[in-house]
Amino acid sequence: MDWLQQLINGISLGSIYALIALGYTMVYGIIRLINFAHGDVFMIGSFVGFYAITGLGLSIIPALILAMAVCALLGVVIERIAYKRLRNASRIAALITAIGVSLLIEYGTIYFRGAQLEVFPSALPTKSFNLWGATISVQSILILSISVVLMIILQIVVRRTKVGKAMRAVSHDVEAARLMGINVDRTISATFAIGSALAGAAGVIFGIYYTKIEPLMGVIPGLKAFVAAVLGGIGIIPGAAIGGLVLGLVETLVSALGYSNWRDAAAFIILILILIFKPSGILGKNSREKV
Amino acid sequence: MKKLNGFWVFLALSVVIYAVGQLLIGTGLLNPYYSNTLIFIVINIILAVSLHLVIGITGQFSIGHAGFLAVGAYISAILTKLDLPFPVALFAGGVVAAFAGLLVGIPSLRLKGDYLAIATLGFGEIIRIVFVNIDYVGGAAGMQVPHLTSWTSAFICLFITLIVIMNFTNSTHGRACISIRENEIAADAMGIDTTYYKVAAFALGAFFAGVGGGLYAHNFYIIQPTNFGFLKSFDILIFVVLGGLGSLSGAVIAAILMTVVSTYLQGYPETRMIIYSVVLIIVMLYRPKGLMGTNEITSYFSKWTGVKGGRLHGK
Repeated sequence: MDWLQQLINGISLGSIYALIALGYTMVYGIIRLINFAHGDVFMIGSFVGFYAITGLGLSIIPALILAMAVCALLGVVIERIAYKRLRNASRIAALITAIGVSLLIEYGTIYFRGAQLEVFPSALPTKSFNLWGATISVQSILILSISVVLMIILQIVVRRTKVGKAMRAVSHDVEAARLMGINVDRTISATFAIGSALAGAAGVIFGIYYTKIEPLMGVIPGLKAFVAAVLGGIGIIPGAAIGGLVLGLVETLVSALGYSNWRDAAAFIILILILIFKPSGILGKNSREKV
Repeated sequence: MKKLNGFWVFLALSVVIYAVGQLLIGTGLLNPYYSNTLIFIVINIILAVSLHLVIGITGQFSIGHAGFLAVGAYISAILTKLDLPFPVALFAGGVVAAFAGLLVGIPSLRLKGDYLAIATLGFGEIIRIVFVNIDYVGGAAGMQVPHLTSWTSAFICLFITLIVIMNFTNSTHGRACISIRENEIAADAMGIDTTYYKVAAFALGAFFAGVGGGLYAHNFYIIQPTNFGFLKSFDILIFVVLGGLGSLSGAVIAAILMTVVSTYLQGYPETRMIIYSVVLIIVMLYRPKGLMGTNEITSYFSKWTGVKGGRLHGK
């Protein structure tokens, strides 16, 4: 049963994409900005996790929490320094700034620590077991459960807490939310913090799963997570999770069929098809053009 | 009569710049390193101006321009490998790139703003991955290319590019494109076929990017798909944004400045990228319209103002 194994691989990969895509989609939903630096926050999360495990000798869960905290802080700092002034600027100016921040984080990291690879320590048991003839590693099950738990927490935060309510209100209508007494700036910062923390967690999980991390590792997963967010309907939180899973499964399928060189192209072909045929995404509603 | 004057001034200026460049290189006053930088500046101006047509004039935010550069580079490299003359190869590279531009533009230009940016980025990456997977052009290892680009060939290409793009901008078609940039819905309501003009500008931009790609390929001894990634598109984008969206002379000046700066920092690639990104962020935060805005350098010498972002010569 090779297919079952591929399915599990696809879901594990998809859950990493989904975690990154959630941050993209939340930020886009609230300030209509494609946060290109998000993939680099993911990279920073991976490195924090790496140094926490090798340097501080932490085990996996504390390392994960530390990475999430550092990334949340980084996300808020990026928002305060770079994006806050651009709330009313043109979309192109905001997009270019995001690209600039992304390059700054990447090459800043290379400047301070060099471009060499690091091998992520295997912080989880590497055992595996058989399920109907497929070999399933304990790792991928744990990765999947961490992602699922984080997504459930996110759903609770967004649906059940005051911050979540404020976030939904701001993404619906900034001006009306401000008139209702919601602190818009703080809500946007909270969104960045939560989204970046998820990216940090995804970084640690990615490190455990693929073992190799380097300063430019965030670029391609970042772009693909963006594809996942668009696929699910950008701005819609469950959409990002669905888009991530679909993308992970498609990529694994393409590799399994023997076209692994075309794996990266698959994501972009999906992106273009979805943009042409249903730009609002799987869960999105079509909106009409207004003057 | 006045329009004619502007053209002759431009022509005379070009001849003088060409002659000075040729003299410096020919007499050996500039060592090969600097003359290569000079050629590189010319190529970068061609690329900047070709993207200026898409972003600055038509207002369509494309960040996959390196894809067309790659098409032009590879097609022309294949043709010179087959012993076709260099000008034919350059032209063919441009034509195939324009065709790729049509292929990319027709579906993706239905999108707007962020979505268009991401779609063009996706197409750029797909083009790169296609070249990685074609064994005939060497795949990821790259392809050997003869060194054919000279100051003369590069400058002639630049001259033609500038003439065509300036005339296009000042023509009916150019004004139609500018109106799309200013307000697409209003342009549509005025009876302008917005899709047609967007695709036309995109294809024309892709053509010149392809020609630039041919020059770029034949200025190095080897081309690899990694040369035409994401970062190359941003390099070109930086010229256009820094110079001012909608300013041809701004794009030219920014291309010259950034090429010189990055040549000096060649030994420190990380520092170069950090400076690039900091400059980009600071310009966007404090001067989002770029160095020149939509003004042209000639508008500082003349009280006559034309269509913003539309006039360079003929004042």
